[in-house]
Amino acid sequence: MTATSTIDPAEVAKFEAMAAEWWDPAGKFKPLHLMNPCRLDYITRQIALEFDRDLTAPAPFAGLRILDIGCGGGLLSEPMARLGAEVVGADAAARNIPVAQVHAAQSGLKIDYRHTTAEDLAAAGERFDAVLNMEVVEHVADPLAYLTACQGLLKPGGLMICSTMNRNPKSFLMAIVGAEWVMRWLPKGTHDWAKFLTPDELYELIRKAGLTPVDRKGMVFNPLGWSWSLSARDLSCNYVTTSLKPAG
Amino acid sequence: MERDADILVVGGGLNGPALALALAQAGLRVTVIDARPAPARAEAGFDGRAYALALASKRLLTVIGVWGRLAGKVQPILKIKASDGRAGQGPAPFFLTFDHAEIEEGPMGFMAEDRFLYAAFLAAMAETPGLRLLSGETVTAQEVTAEGVTVTLASGATLRARLLVGCDGRGSGVAARAGIRRHGWGYGQTALVTAIRHARDHEGVAQQFFMPSGPLAILPLPGGHHSSIVWSEAEARAAAIQALPDAGYLEALRPRFGDFLGEIALAGARFTYPLTLSLAERFTAPRLALVGDAAHGVHPIAGQGLNLGLRDVAALAQVLVEAQRRGEDIGAADVLERYQRWRRFDSTALALGMDGVNRLFSNDNPILRAGRDLGLGLVNALPGLRRGFMRQAAGLSAGATGELPRLLTGQAI
Repeated sequence: MTATSTIDPAEVAKFEAMAAEWWDPAGKFKPLHLMNPCRLDYITRQIALEFDRDLTAPAPFAGLRILDIGCGGGLLSEPMARLGAEVVGADAAARNIPVAQVHAAQSGLKIDYRHTTAEDLAAAGERFDAVLNMEVVEHVADPLAYLTACQGLLKPGGLMICSTMNRNPKSFLMAIVGAEWVMRWLPKGTHDWAKFLTPDELYELIRKAGLTPVDRKGMVFNPLGWSWSLSARDLSCNYVTTSLKPAG
Repeated sequence: MERDADILVVGGGLNGPALALALAQAGLRVTVIDARPAPARAEAGFDGRAYALALASKRLLTVIGVWGRLAGKVQPILKIKASDGRAGQGPAPFFLTFDHAEIEEGPMGFMAEDRFLYAAFLAAMAETPGLRLLSGETVTAQEVTAEGVTVTLASGATLRARLLVGCDGRGSGVAARAGIRRHGWGYGQTALVTAIRHARDHEGVAQQFFMPSGPLAILPLPGGHHSSIVWSEAEARAAAIQALPDAGYLEALRPRFGDFLGEIALAGARFTYPLTLSLAERFTAPRLALVGDAAHGVHPIAGQGLNLGLRDVAALAQVLVEAQRRGEDIGAADVLERYQRWRRFDSTALALGMDGVNRLFSNDNPILRAGRDLGLGLVNALPGLRRGFMRQAAGLSAGATGELPRLLTGQAI
């Protein structure tokens, strides 16, 4: 069975056009494409470290079940599948699902995309080795309930990667004024700055949700090289964390 | 889509095999499509064709398993002397000398004969799993889709992959079929290339004489008594010299070459290369990247062509291998854009820099001549500036674009 089998053939052309838009590095999702290598470096290294995998070997994530929450067009799901993982991509926006399915089929990848939420997946008893929770927590109404659902989705010993944006004057300038107003990278109103979490606030919520935070790094945009890199010290704007679910 | 390889490399010269080795050793499946039949250059006799390899290039060749096969077959360049001269008048009073003792990395470069270098590449390729060499094949068509790239060979076979790389020289068919335009110009100059046998030992010294008609480079070959020459002359004059019998050719060379190495004789076949600059408008297109002369054919002054190509190889291999390890699609536009951003400024600047050096020195204007002599003398008098030039020539300087690719520092990707 291929991932596209549930799509109405008449709709495929439309979804292909939308997929092309998602995957155009110079298009509407340019900021995500720019950030993607940096996010992937972090995610792949944390997963490889936790599950003792060698990233230079073929299909290093074979045998791992990974959930990508807020999968969009599949910018993280596809790399995980290419590394050999069994991937479920979930998105609360129904229109993203066929778009991601069409692109996965073009890429020759098998990915289980579903129109669902973390809470529903947890209630249905789904369990994963790793949950990718990237740039989602700042958009949800109740972060603690959401992170608790993520905790419930993890197998014992599993890991959650969670990224978001810090709340301070600099992040207001970067994320709201810079990305939305000046660069027009994101539509106005994409982010509600008041919902951003400081790293300490996020760690506190993660602990309350029943997970143990083990690592946090900043993601820093370098306008000279026009690229993002990880930073151990600068978590002033975008940052990413790793948390573990206690084994047994 | 079933794929025959991850990457198809068109062009079996030196850049193509170098890229293929770097990628296959990192676990990617690579097919090299070479127009020549395989053994053509493998067991050739001495023909004088040789490359000046910068230290950074040596480091890359070491990592990909080629350098170790050249033991005893390369000549280290221990010193480079550049001088402004006029035929029959000997060198100008100001010499520019680069001595390897001034930089801690050792010899600044090495001379390697084409026949040994190519044989070493063939042997390394034969031993590398995941690397396939298709000899005697040419590409007649290429088609890019969202899923990948398909090429059709003259034999009628088709090959499919995620990425197509053109290492097929300044007349790149890969670039032309992708609709990538080129900008360039000729210099009205031709390089005469051959090998010379000389009575005295060259002692590892490379010489560059800047003459009004164009530069003459004398590059030391192994053994002490052979040197490779790259002798630039105005087009018509070069054609006339090339048409002369060997005795007449030597007669024309002697006053330029001088007698510092004693009696000279021809020791290899005579080649000519018209000097042109040819820059591709873009180094990438959907599922396609250009490397070496296919991206930027430079004036061969200072022997930077292959070194520049190997810098492309190092950067592209690193971009692709890192993308592969992140799970990215190695043929995706954003992945290829990283390569273009990394290489484009450096190679364009170097191409235009070489162009400027040549225009400055290929001129008999007395004011320019005095300025050149003074300039060479000044650089010589300032050790810091000289070391800077040497590090740049040795490929040890990252240039304006930032980080140096790992292969050029001798590390695996």
